[in-house]
Amino acid sequence: MSVIGSDNRNLRLGVRYLVLILIALIFVLPLLFMVMSSFKPSDELLRDTSSLRAFLPVGQLSLDNYTGAFERAPVGLFVFNSIFVTGTTVLLSLVICSLAGFSFVFLQWRGRDVMLSIILATFIVPFETIAIPLLLEVSKLPWLGLDGLSWGWLDSYRVQIIPWIADGLTIFLFVQYFKGLPGELIEAARVEGASWFQIYRRVVIPLSGPVIATAAILKFLIMYNQYLWPLIVVQQEQYRPVMVGLQYFFQLNPAWGEIMAYLTLITVPVLAFYLVLQKAFIASIASTGVKG
Amino acid sequence: MRSSLTSANRAGWAFALPGIVLILAFIITPFFLGVGFSLTNQRLISPNATRFVGLENYREMLNIAVVDLQAKTDSAGKTVTDADGQAEFPRLRSITRNPDTPQYHGMQEWFRWVSGDTAHVVIASDVVFWKALLNTCIFVLMVAPIQAAIALGLALLINQKLRGITIFRTIYFMPVVVSIVVVSLLWRFIYSGQNGLLNNMLSFLSFAHFQPVDWLGNPHTALGAIITMSIWQAVGFHMVIWLSGLQTIPPTLYEAAAIEGSSKWQTFRYVTWPGLRHTAVLVLIVITMQAFAIFAQIDVMTKGGPLDSTQTLVFQAVQRGYGMQNIAGGSAISVILFLIVLVISMIQRWLTRER
Repeated sequence: MSVIGSDNRNLRLGVRYLVLILIALIFVLPLLFMVMSSFKPSDELLRDTSSLRAFLPVGQLSLDNYTGAFERAPVGLFVFNSIFVTGTTVLLSLVICSLAGFSFVFLQWRGRDVMLSIILATFIVPFETIAIPLLLEVSKLPWLGLDGLSWGWLDSYRVQIIPWIADGLTIFLFVQYFKGLPGELIEAARVEGASWFQIYRRVVIPLSGPVIATAAILKFLIMYNQYLWPLIVVQQEQYRPVMVGLQYFFQLNPAWGEIMAYLTLITVPVLAFYLVLQKAFIASIASTGVKG
Repeated sequence: MRSSLTSANRAGWAFALPGIVLILAFIITPFFLGVGFSLTNQRLISPNATRFVGLENYREMLNIAVVDLQAKTDSAGKTVTDADGQAEFPRLRSITRNPDTPQYHGMQEWFRWVSGDTAHVVIASDVVFWKALLNTCIFVLMVAPIQAAIALGLALLINQKLRGITIFRTIYFMPVVVSIVVVSLLWRFIYSGQNGLLNNMLSFLSFAHFQPVDWLGNPHTALGAIITMSIWQAVGFHMVIWLSGLQTIPPTLYEAAAIEGSSKWQTFRYVTWPGLRHTAVLVLIVITMQAFAIFAQIDVMTKGGPLDSTQTLVFQAVQRGYGMQNIAGGSAISVILFLIVLVISMIQRWLTRER
């Protein structure tokens, strides 16, 4: 009896794993196809789609598609632009939003609660509904640079960075986290005569690792994957990020091998980053679920 | 004490100011600018001064009517029929260019249905807008329930206590971190009518009985293809939100259910589901908000085609506001989209209110 029972249990366990694996294939195969194709010549890549070879590293593998992609478009420049814009925005966002969160939680000032509710109200304004008026706004804004005063922010790094630094969700994440910190710590530092900035810098920020990771990951994903905004505010190749740079590969006869190489090149680093930090990534997405 | 409070007051403003200024300048200002622009004829670059036009942009977009066409009759009063035996109708311009019906001038046919000798024709000033609105609503109405349900199913699977389960969680979530632009381009290839991976796989699995379909080139399948891909990309996101909801349910409840001898379905129905009420509302709202904003998939895969079958509101807002430099028209669509999203988030408030 017990033998049959354990067989039965093994069978059910096997079925469970089979279901899990089949579903996993649905998510993995398209990405695997992308990576494998990036190493194959275009004609072979097309032929392989009619069999399971599409997902396997077989045939004439080479890095030709990668060198081809670099010849077709200034790939290195696009990657630099994306990293520069993403990195700068994430850093500035962490500083400015954590300062604001600190102020909303630990400091008393007139208009504080009204301001906080206004900021939280911006949650319900999807970026897509303000993109068009914002396009006109930034096209008229002044800028004081090294070469004097100029008008219009189109075609620049600043137009890709500055509007994205502060947002309601990031401030809210900091506010929620800071509310959970023990208030006695702040009071003790205050009694010892520390300034508010010292308290922020020496007491609060060192305790804020988890929320900083969450905010940084969310901002990173949003910024690196940015498409609509750079598409409408950046015309010049010089400032183009990776996602908009894709347009170089839409020709009359798409060179699929090179496209797959480019897609792999801009995706695999993010995937690798995710696989290393998957717990933090998933925790940060779960924390967006706290809003609402 | 007083000096400490005023210093807090000053420091408070100073700390919050950069964030407040940025949000004011780049979220709140453009929002109100958009409402303002939608009441003018604002263009991105124009030599002429901008004029206030009131609700003209909205009237132009929303103007819609149903007109009836009577079938043609011959001299004996009999209905004229074509080769297929279908009644023949006069051309629509007999109404839209008729000096007696100036209110229909310039309007075009959206669709029609025929009953007997009468064709009811829905005409609109801005047919593309209506198609975009309808497609966006179809997209949301399909994606929201299907994606939420699949995500819940995955969350339940992942919530099992099995060795190596986190590997599967990691894999299911993977497409979420991949850019939707990359996913769209990749799937454009998968959906391709010639040598597309999907066609070839279906043909392989059905022993060549499957007829290849140009998934994105066919007006009947294009929107469905985009819906499927969008779910594939984003379902892991909502799986994680469901999962965090599942983990708030106290294990003691499951133990109690097990002692009572309840079946799996009963446990789900009476323990799991009631514990997920708030998560359910949240997941639906987040998906709905994200789905209404659909843009990149359309821009990369179809540009609204074929035959406007994948036009969406955001795509049209960008086409007009950026492509045609018609900031006013793009802003008006954005305002309409915002109003729709606002109504939905108010419904959310109402559903999750404290009772």
